[in-house]
Amino acid sequence: MTSEAIALEGVVKTFGSVRALDGLDLRVSTGEVHGFLGPNGSGKSTAMRVLLGLLRVEEGSAKLLGGDPWREAAELHRRLAYVPGEVNLWPNLTGGEVIDMLGRMRGGVDEGRRARLLERFELDPTKKARTYSKGNRQKVALVAAFSSRVDLLLLDEPTAGLDPLMEATFQQCVAEAVGEGATVLLSSHILAEVEALCDKVSIIRAGVSVQSGTLADLRRLTRTTVVAETASPVVGLEALAGVHHCEVDGQRIAFDVDTDDLADAMRVLGTAGIRTLTAHPPTLEELFLRQYGDQVDPGDQHASGGVST
Amino acid sequence: MTAFVGTRHLVRLILRRDRVRLPVWMLAITSLVAVTVAAIAGLYTTPTAIAGYASTAESPATRLLSGRPDGLDNTGAITAYEISVSGLIAVALMVIFFVVRHTRAEEETGRAELVRAAVIGRHAATLATVTVAAFASVVVGVLDAAVLVVGGLDVPGSLLHGAVLAAVGLVFTGVAATAAQVTSSARGASGIAGAVLASMFVVRGIGDVGENVLSWLSPLGWALLAQPYGAARWWLLLPMMVLAVLLLGLAAWLTAHRDAGSGIVTPRPGPDRAHRSLGTATGLAWRLQRGSVYGWTLGLVLGAVLLGSIGPDLNDMLDANPALKDFFAITGGDPVSYFLVTSFELLAVAASGYAVSLVLRLRSEETAGRAEALLATALPRLKWAGGSLLVTLLAVSAAMLLVGLATAGSYAVAAGDSGSLVQMTLAATVLAPGVILIGAVAMLLVGWAPRFGPLAYLVVVFAFVQTYLGALLDLPGWVQGFSPFQHLPDMPVEDFAAAPTLAVLALGVATAGIGLVGLRRRDLTG
Repeated sequence: MTSEAIALEGVVKTFGSVRALDGLDLRVSTGEVHGFLGPNGSGKSTAMRVLLGLLRVEEGSAKLLGGDPWREAAELHRRLAYVPGEVNLWPNLTGGEVIDMLGRMRGGVDEGRRARLLERFELDPTKKARTYSKGNRQKVALVAAFSSRVDLLLLDEPTAGLDPLMEATFQQCVAEAVGEGATVLLSSHILAEVEALCDKVSIIRAGVSVQSGTLADLRRLTRTTVVAETASPVVGLEALAGVHHCEVDGQRIAFDVDTDDLADAMRVLGTAGIRTLTAHPPTLEELFLRQYGDQVDPGDQHASGGVST
Repeated sequence: MTAFVGTRHLVRLILRRDRVRLPVWMLAITSLVAVTVAAIAGLYTTPTAIAGYASTAESPATRLLSGRPDGLDNTGAITAYEISVSGLIAVALMVIFFVVRHTRAEEETGRAELVRAAVIGRHAATLATVTVAAFASVVVGVLDAAVLVVGGLDVPGSLLHGAVLAAVGLVFTGVAATAAQVTSSARGASGIAGAVLASMFVVRGIGDVGENVLSWLSPLGWALLAQPYGAARWWLLLPMMVLAVLLLGLAAWLTAHRDAGSGIVTPRPGPDRAHRSLGTATGLAWRLQRGSVYGWTLGLVLGAVLLGSIGPDLNDMLDANPALKDFFAITGGDPVSYFLVTSFELLAVAASGYAVSLVLRLRSEETAGRAEALLATALPRLKWAGGSLLVTLLAVSAAMLLVGLATAGSYAVAAGDSGSLVQMTLAATVLAPGVILIGAVAMLLVGWAPRFGPLAYLVVVFAFVQTYLGALLDLPGWVQGFSPFQHLPDMPVEDFAAAPTLAVLALGVATAGIGLVGLRRRDLTG
């Protein structure tokens, strides 16, 4: 088995004048849970569909489980399962029928798993697909995906529409699949889910990968927010290279500082006599909002250039 | 009345969405009337010809299809007799599809929810739909009357004919609006309304064959009994209007007594496990298409039975009608055989439309995003498409074989002569390669130009025109050649010829194959 389950290199895919993927790089090692993040319309689903061999790559190369996703689609699909963000089912088939059919087409259904998953996701398999709510249609796709043992799970916003209890069940299922050696590519807007499950994340914007690394890496690259009260006014902090958004209100000071310059900032702060101090790393939301936003200042550009893993 | 708030906006939305579809329906129905008027005007000019026509209309099959042949003593009455049933059914289908599309289908897809959350009353959607449907029915009625008057028929009769057409449109607007409240699926609602139409047709058909009271129990019976150029029963418009109003009232009452999105009939649970056959592309295609396969095959076979039963009467009809006899004399040969050739070709054209609709399901599966789920499994693209094509191939071949058997069987019963059983069966079956070729054109488009898939229906329309009016139009040979049926042996007039039959079949297989190559090479949308 190759060590890379997914390897996209400089993949370009255009739809008319729209460049949905504009030289996308994405690498996912075997056994890894990889978060795939980006704002709406950034090309996540297009990338998933390239990996599924539904779309043909125009430039660059795509490898999936060591094979060519376009030419060897059907063979490779025996080893993967896919959950789309918007599940469309055949209105006159029941959920149970859909699960069986998709499982058989993939190469077989594990009866024990199927039964357990139906129970865990509290899904009634006798209802016609047209009567399922969005969340229940999503559950049909999840049960179908998890009931066969596969090497790779491609999950494209799989929990959109699930309630928090089912969200927890989903996370357990992913963890179990990983325990059995599966690799997971998870596209999601639910950051708590990403934080709980993913070893690494890639952020894409406008069809290009802008950042990729472990969550710790990403955190290290960004700023820490510091709020402090000091005995005397702080002098010279604003002049430090890595300090941003400095606000002074008498003895109280609040600022953001680049992680690399944190030690220097603390030294300056220390000379003023620290009375209280709170410092917190950026929340995931802050992290992603900065990456998703159109305005990325040069410092960030520089940082993202250096984090390639 | 807050329940009707926003109706105006919805009317505008409906008109915007149907700005092509509805005019096409209205134009098609008007053209149907115009073509018939023109054709009849030329054929029945003398009292002898008219008397001849009246005597042919006595057969049970004609009564079943066209109603009671009362007062067929003028061109108007003959025109009305020829056009009425098809015109009435066309108007009924137009409003059924229209009403379901804008009521239940909107709820099923969830679009109605978006609309209802705005300042839109509970009954606004139904009222807006019914308003436009009623308007369309009236316009069709006016156009119908105008075409008849222009065709030289008397004004009061033409007005009544148009009014009856509009009234039937209103009745079926009510039927469809009610059906849309009963089930929670659009297909189910169309099915119920279609079944109501079919049973009204059959009830009056039995009444017309047996000259009994059943004709008076069906709204379609009322429509035919109005007999605009004979008895001119204007008062029959009244029960139709009353029925339409009652049905609309029932629809409104049902709307007020159900939740948005649900029907009156709650859907039953289905199997929790898939049948053994549901694990392959062919199995799935069969499961998805078997309903329409049964329905279409049944329809074609019923048509074949009727045609077969008319066949033996044809010589009598021709003896009574010199004009028609002259028409067949131009074509040369035995009129009964010619009649059968044309009938088989018309049924084959219908089967072609059905083949195209089956093949285009591949595309709708793709655009609905359901193909994606299948192709993310180990199912290769070619097998996915191949499964659907195989079901289509078997379904149309079986349908044409059954058409042949049914025609031959009912002909044998009606004529008391089973000598040509095998030949007639073969005559219909030999057209199957043509049907397959037209289906293959749909596959070619789905493979290479998926957005233009519906253009395959143009071949069907052309084949219909060529078959129905071919002798009158007298198109150049190369144009006629675009209908595959032109190349197949015209049995039982001609003998069976293997070479052209196999050539058309081979062309069909090759065309479908090229379509599959295109499908394998292109991106899938979803």
